[in-house]
Amino acid sequence: MVDELLFFMEVLVGGLLAGTMYSLVALGFVLIFKASATFNFSQGAMVFFSVLAFCGFMQDFNIPFVLAFILAALLMVVVGLCTERLVLRPLMNASEDTVLMATIGLGYVLEGLAQAAWGVEVRRLDLGIGDFPVPWIADNLKLFISALDITAGLVAAIMIIGLFLLFKYTKIGLGLRAVADDAGAASSIGIPLKHIMLLVWSAAGVVALVAGCMWGARAGVQFALVDLALKALPVLIIGGFSSIPGAIIGGLIIGAVEKVLEVYIGPFFGGAIEGWAPYVLAIFFLLYRPEGLFGEKIIRRV
Amino acid sequence: MKPVFMTYTKKDLINLAVCMFLSILIIPTFITTEYWYTSILIPWLCLALATIGQQIVMGYTGQLALGAAGFMAAGAFAMFNLILRVPDLGFVGSLIVSGLIAAAFGILFGLPSLKVRGIYLMVATLASQFFIIWMIDKFGWFKNYDSSGIITAQDIVIMGKPFTTPLAMYFVCLAVTTVLTLLAMNMARGSTGRNWMAVRDMDIAAESMGVSLLRTKVQAFAISAFYCGVAGALFAFCYLKSLEPVAFDIKLSFKILFMCILGGLGTINGAFIGAAFILLFPVLLNAIGNNVFHGAIDATIISSIEQVIFGGLMIIFMIYEPLGMAKLWENLKVSLKSKLSSSGTKSLKSSAQK
Repeated sequence: MVDELLFFMEVLVGGLLAGTMYSLVALGFVLIFKASATFNFSQGAMVFFSVLAFCGFMQDFNIPFVLAFILAALLMVVVGLCTERLVLRPLMNASEDTVLMATIGLGYVLEGLAQAAWGVEVRRLDLGIGDFPVPWIADNLKLFISALDITAGLVAAIMIIGLFLLFKYTKIGLGLRAVADDAGAASSIGIPLKHIMLLVWSAAGVVALVAGCMWGARAGVQFALVDLALKALPVLIIGGFSSIPGAIIGGLIIGAVEKVLEVYIGPFFGGAIEGWAPYVLAIFFLLYRPEGLFGEKIIRRV
Repeated sequence: MKPVFMTYTKKDLINLAVCMFLSILIIPTFITTEYWYTSILIPWLCLALATIGQQIVMGYTGQLALGAAGFMAAGAFAMFNLILRVPDLGFVGSLIVSGLIAAAFGILFGLPSLKVRGIYLMVATLASQFFIIWMIDKFGWFKNYDSSGIITAQDIVIMGKPFTTPLAMYFVCLAVTTVLTLLAMNMARGSTGRNWMAVRDMDIAAESMGVSLLRTKVQAFAISAFYCGVAGALFAFCYLKSLEPVAFDIKLSFKILFMCILGGLGTINGAFIGAAFILLFPVLLNAIGNNVFHGAIDATIISSIEQVIFGGLMIIFMIYEPLGMAKLWENLKVSLKSKLSSSGTKSLKSSAQK
């Protein structure tokens, strides 16, 4: 009985920590959605692009770790700048769906560019953190939890606290909230919309880079990251598109539920239900609480 | 323009006659290489059909859906099982029933559209994509317990006659596509299509005018999935000649989405233009790579460039012409016509006097 409970705890904790990885991807979506009401479908491609660039800098040019990270972050700022200038500004007055489709196109461009520049083979990314159980926890609590999962959890926590402080207590954060509330009104009282957009897209780019590092260290830096990042969408639906805590909670729920289902129910169906379980869970949320756990209620008028 | 026959105008009938003349007489006489049939014409017709399905739900009804390949897989495997287990149905019967089976999935996964729209709906339809592929992959029955993963499709036999040569298969695809395209045009112009478009343009307003959202949306999803299912069956039996779930992954869904958007949302001819473009462009790019640069550029680089160009085009079209290539074609026709008429100023004047 105790063994079973321990096993369940292990699955649950493993799932929760893996869920923080989804949260990291979802965080990028939320940042952009909060500031511009744009669904950035290319967030997954940004994850892939940034971490592949990071690996490329390190492995092809032998640039040291920290410098390569900074270069990759700068590259994401450039991507943000280009996106704002070339995609978002011309589409300022277009409908939501049009912008969404344009970001799907943007995702394609980023994926293609990344592969053209750095090749298609799977790259290994070594962060110096092993993907194996931490001995101390294994000995004392008898839970086998990977060090990488714990790191991802910590990184996610730090980023969320950082972003929360940024939004709550800085002038930039105030501007961000104003733009999110009503872009037209914000720009009429002199908040520089362009700078805010650039800032948000750059921040989303850096978040993507961090998420990519975590995913890359676990599964290798490869095209499949884009598909994995798609799972951030159900996370957002559960958490609500405009809520940073929602992204975290949503990620935890998805991570835990998919692991528990996979371990306890998966074997009856030949496994691999992780592939669709998050989406079906999202459908149930959509039917009963379309705005997500923490999202603002959507009111549409004729 | 007045309808001449059913809801078709004179212009439609002329277009149909020209298309039929081209596809039945001209193409088979002038194109003799198998490559054109097996690698270009057959997949073009199949994917255009799937794109019409996507158009119905996305272009006409305005519901962002991203599960076309899932419904195609449902249609393809339904076809395989029907021919295997219910041989009495015949090819055409099986094709229709497999379309209906796909439509049932369409209804099931279209239900969330009643509550949500935009990207929310996209996520819900992603569930159908992943779930259908998983189901086919994990339950051996669908694949007739074949362990190799790839099943060879049965030969196409209609009324006791085998259709196995590329030309014959082309005619099968052509016939099915023609019938379904005409039907789609009919629906799009009739009250069905009007309801779809009313829901697309403003669903709440449509509802308050007495258009049933439940009926309209579910109908659009069912018909869309039917088209995708039939297209998937043809795609597997005429083009791939094998069945494997991997062929219908999310990449194909994205491809069909691109065909639909670049071709022109809310147009039937856009489906054909978009499918032709997405299919032919990589062929062209490869030809340039092989003949101009003599293979100096790696094939993976070429496919990456192709992706960049598709994505870039998507952005450019969204900014400058959200209605896609069909609209460009329309504009071209209009400007040609006005050029022609302005060259004969007399005729213009006389028509103005009238």
